[in-house]
Amino acid sequence: MSAFAESEAKETFVLNLGPQHPATHGVLRVKLTMDGEYIAEAEPVLGYIHRMHEKMGENRTWAQFLPNTGRMDYLHALAYNHGYVSVVERAAGIEVPERAEYLRVITAELNRVSSHLLWFGAFILDLGGFSPLLYAFDDREQILDLLESVTGSRLTYCYFRFGGVYNDIDDNFVPGTRAFIKRLRERMPMYHNLVTKNIILMKRLQEIGPISAEMCRKYGATGPVCRGSGINFDVRKHEPYSIYPEFDFDVPVYDQCDSMARYMVRMDEIEQSLRIIEQALDKLPDGPVMADKVPKILKPAKGDYYHAVETARGSFGVRVVSDGSNTPYRLKLRSPTFSNLSLFGEACQGMLLPDALALMGSLDLVIPEIDR
Amino acid sequence: MNRAAIKQKLAAIGAGSVSETEYARKGFALDVQVAPEQLVAAVSALDAEGFFIEAVTGVDWLGEQAALRKEAEAKAAAEAKAKAEAAAAAGEEAPPAEPVAEQGELPEDALEAVYDFNHYESLCRVTIRTRVPRSKPEVPTITQIYPGANWHERETHDFFGITFVGHPYLEPLLLPEDADYHPLLKDFRP
Repeated sequence: MSAFAESEAKETFVLNLGPQHPATHGVLRVKLTMDGEYIAEAEPVLGYIHRMHEKMGENRTWAQFLPNTGRMDYLHALAYNHGYVSVVERAAGIEVPERAEYLRVITAELNRVSSHLLWFGAFILDLGGFSPLLYAFDDREQILDLLESVTGSRLTYCYFRFGGVYNDIDDNFVPGTRAFIKRLRERMPMYHNLVTKNIILMKRLQEIGPISAEMCRKYGATGPVCRGSGINFDVRKHEPYSIYPEFDFDVPVYDQCDSMARYMVRMDEIEQSLRIIEQALDKLPDGPVMADKVPKILKPAKGDYYHAVETARGSFGVRVVSDGSNTPYRLKLRSPTFSNLSLFGEACQGMLLPDALALMGSLDLVIPEIDR
Repeated sequence: MNRAAIKQKLAAIGAGSVSETEYARKGFALDVQVAPEQLVAAVSALDAEGFFIEAVTGVDWLGEQAALRKEAEAKAAAEAKAKAEAAAAAGEEAPPAEPVAEQGELPEDALEAVYDFNHYESLCRVTIRTRVPRSKPEVPTITQIYPGANWHERETHDFFGITFVGHPYLEPLLLPEDADYHPLLKDFRP
């Protein structure tokens, strides 16, 4: 090899992507070593909004930690509510009334749709298309209004309690939700015509950002990331919790392993969530929304307990260690995007920078959940 | 995939204890206790069975040994009292009090590293635990088996100060780059 070629191969430079970059959706920094326009090495740098939720959990009672759960994944806060209340209910042996479980599933699925809609808008924005964001936010707004009427807040929900939910729904919720389902079903073909079938989008996503099934396993990827790589894994089906077994819904799986597959998984999941909500509204039973006799001061039995739920981004698990007192001895929060992002360094090697951004967008990152 | 087969495989590498737990009550199917030297073999066995890595974390058991001793002492005292009462009720002279056993120094408290594995196809969450002394918390790394363990181990090192021997880049991940404290240790004071 000539001396010229050798020196050329070594000519790399470091490029900082973020922590203040619109494509990283929050304060994530990626240290890129670039070889011309190609990525030689990528190292995500985390911790810019690390708040140590796990330590906070050890310093407050079981119930006082509830508001924290809505502040990790702020786009699917209700699933985080669900994971935490479920593990504490498992530890303390609390039974939840049926109506409360139905309300949990309805609101959590509405929240999942709103999360996917926001991801859809922001993802297309990353790729340079501005207008789909406005359409998606229009639809998402309807969900926020519905959830606000039930939960009292628009983003960082804290609606679930040990033994049920905080509030029953009002008279407008059921007709409002049915009207929303009808509306979104009418809008989805427009999204597909406008965006999914767009040749520019196809060229930006198809065969870009391959993540193999084996890579998912080695890094512990879950959610739409693994379902876009042909792995049929959804916690709602795999280890059914709450009342999910009562509903008829499919788990969308695509095996192309590219960014387009992950896009399609999420688009299809919106319809599946609507199906679940529809069935739950049909079957919604009457009755109390809170269990009787849930002690004000909880003291779950000694031992450790685990519970996982399916959030919009994958499997969120909570491990609690109880020493029988009124505060958790240890609280571990296993967030899905932490694992999903950890494969980014390996997956984007040798890619063009704009393609790596498409890959990053298809992972659907929520930084407060990674940093916790 | 067969739970019993996994159990057998883990027992074959000499794991301290492998117990099946009640899934509905605990949320995981197998609870495995291994010595740090057996960790890599145990994780390799799970890798061969197609498990994926869910998380790595720690638990600080500061004060556990003192609590265990206190519990044992209370139990012994209660037993002696019951014996004396039984003797008094029978109208006998109380037996001479047993000499209190000489208590040595407390054994050292432990830091526990906890590994969660799960399987995409069948319902089988496996928890592997390994205990190391608090003064020398060293556990072998498993990054050569699961590259995804890299970040989890860095996080556990941040929070507990557990050193993962052989880790390629054990720098702070979530804490500031110059952090020399471990906030989840029970004796941490900010």
